[in-house]
Amino acid sequence: MLASKTPFLRYLSITGARFNSTLVIAEHDDTKLSGVTLNAITAASKLGHDISVLVAGANSGKVAEEVSKVANVKRVLVAQDEKLKAQLPERVTATVMAAQNQFKFSHIVAGASSFGRGIIPRLAAKLDVAPLSDVTAIHSDDTFSRPTYAGNAVAKVKSKASVKLMTVRGTAFEQAATEGGSAATEKSPIGEINTEISEFLGSELAKSDRPDLQTAKIVVSGGRALKSAENFKLLYDLADKLGAGVGASRAAVDAGYVPNDMQVGQTGKIVAPELYIAIGISGAIQHIAGMKDSKVIVAINKDKDCPIFQIADYSVEADLFKAIPEFTAALK
Amino acid sequence: MRILVGVKRVVDYAVKVRVRADKKSVVTENVQHSMNPFDEIALEEAVKLKEAKHAKEVVAISIGPAKSQEVLRTALAKGADKAIHIEIDAKSAEQVEPLHVARTIAKIAKDEKFDAVFVGKQAIDDDANQTGQLVAGFLDWPQAMFASKIEHENGYLKVTREIDGGLDTVKVKLPAVVSADLRLNEPRYATLPNIMKAKKKPLEKKTPKDLGIDFTPQTEILEVCFLYLYMHLLPSFFFLPSG
Repeated sequence: MLASKTPFLRYLSITGARFNSTLVIAEHDDTKLSGVTLNAITAASKLGHDISVLVAGANSGKVAEEVSKVANVKRVLVAQDEKLKAQLPERVTATVMAAQNQFKFSHIVAGASSFGRGIIPRLAAKLDVAPLSDVTAIHSDDTFSRPTYAGNAVAKVKSKASVKLMTVRGTAFEQAATEGGSAATEKSPIGEINTEISEFLGSELAKSDRPDLQTAKIVVSGGRALKSAENFKLLYDLADKLGAGVGASRAAVDAGYVPNDMQVGQTGKIVAPELYIAIGISGAIQHIAGMKDSKVIVAINKDKDCPIFQIADYSVEADLFKAIPEFTAALK
Repeated sequence: MRILVGVKRVVDYAVKVRVRADKKSVVTENVQHSMNPFDEIALEEAVKLKEAKHAKEVVAISIGPAKSQEVLRTALAKGADKAIHIEIDAKSAEQVEPLHVARTIAKIAKDEKFDAVFVGKQAIDDDANQTGQLVAGFLDWPQAMFASKIEHENGYLKVTREIDGGLDTVKVKLPAVVSADLRLNEPRYATLPNIMKAKKKPLEKKTPKDLGIDFTPQTEILEVCFLYLYMHLLPSFFFLPSG
């Protein structure tokens, strides 16, 4: 009897599977799951525990159905209430806490987007634990890597927090398959939501037919050297030929050539496309932090001493106003 | 409205960091330090609100070793009325996490009845982007993170935020926590007369012990590895064995 039990007990103590479980907080707009949640689910699967996904929103049914088909997801928790519209961090935190009180997850994960970054630390305060931001590698269920100093240094850390809370960098993990899963769906409590302290007034989202910057296979980025907003058209033409997303350096954003949600860098978006074409970008550390993991980097610049040439796989020393139209024409 | 502004002393943004021999952190000795750029923006916004008579008092707070007083003096020169320094020794300072900073700021904001806490959205050294949200969580105050525009109207702040796909606007009831994004404003320079005046402004010193706050780290740094971004450019003979 004892002999037959021992391997089972040992299995339990090694994996701890019965006592550990991971919650992924889904990001969505009430109609579609955000891509970064799929990256977060892959990261969560590396922790080696059962994965539950919480879908909180005013109309979360459709998204919950989408999530239940995602590979590796065991359970979908659905919190649906009008109060959860626009998913304000104060309200979602109350909902996640209600789920946490019921299910006692050992890990809570979200994508490192403005949504995830807003919620995970607030939740961490409620649980009185130190969260981890922008995790790029999971070594075990308590050891992680994360970049610091604009990506110039990577810190390998061990978390002693009683519940491990983290945001994960989307570009560091593949997206989980959107088919093949068959998770059970159940209703989740919404918690005590105080609607008086915060209110969502509206959003102004940049509309574009081009692929999303963070998931595009090719990204074309422009810097200060483009000199004006009108000249960015050169980049848009090239991007359209390539089916690429368009990014920008902080200098181009600050000069008002493009909106700030196009900024690539330490404080903007982190991208890692197959091909990154940097045009008229000198390559400040802060910009490189946002694109250095791109598979192939092409730099077009007039100044042969600019730092971007040091990390570029292919460098073109040329006047962009001549080179870009030629490049675009050659693609025809 | 009385605003508490968190400011951090960090390695200057233009410095190329190097990893220390023990591989646990980066070299900070004899390296140019300055106020975290996002905190400069948070402070500027608070001072502007004061100049527009929306705020009565702006108090800057910093947690760290004695040298943190440099950034507090800068904050005073840029328009803060008072500064609070939570002093810890240089060794413990390396292990301070946003969690501890947030516990401290939350305690002071509550004890001294502040109406708003302004912080930068992230420090450019640990890149955590956590402190503001943690403070809001501890205090149960609403949060408006990544602000690019702030308007004060009776008892509320209307904040435009920079989010992934563009902008959104939220209305938060005071007391509230706000974190500043880069495009919120253009911080002013401290003029020499103001730097001189700042030396006479009050700077209060406290310790974590005075406040009864636990600074036990929850995250252990095992190793910091420096990415030699430019290494493949070094001439190849550099790597050839001599002889």
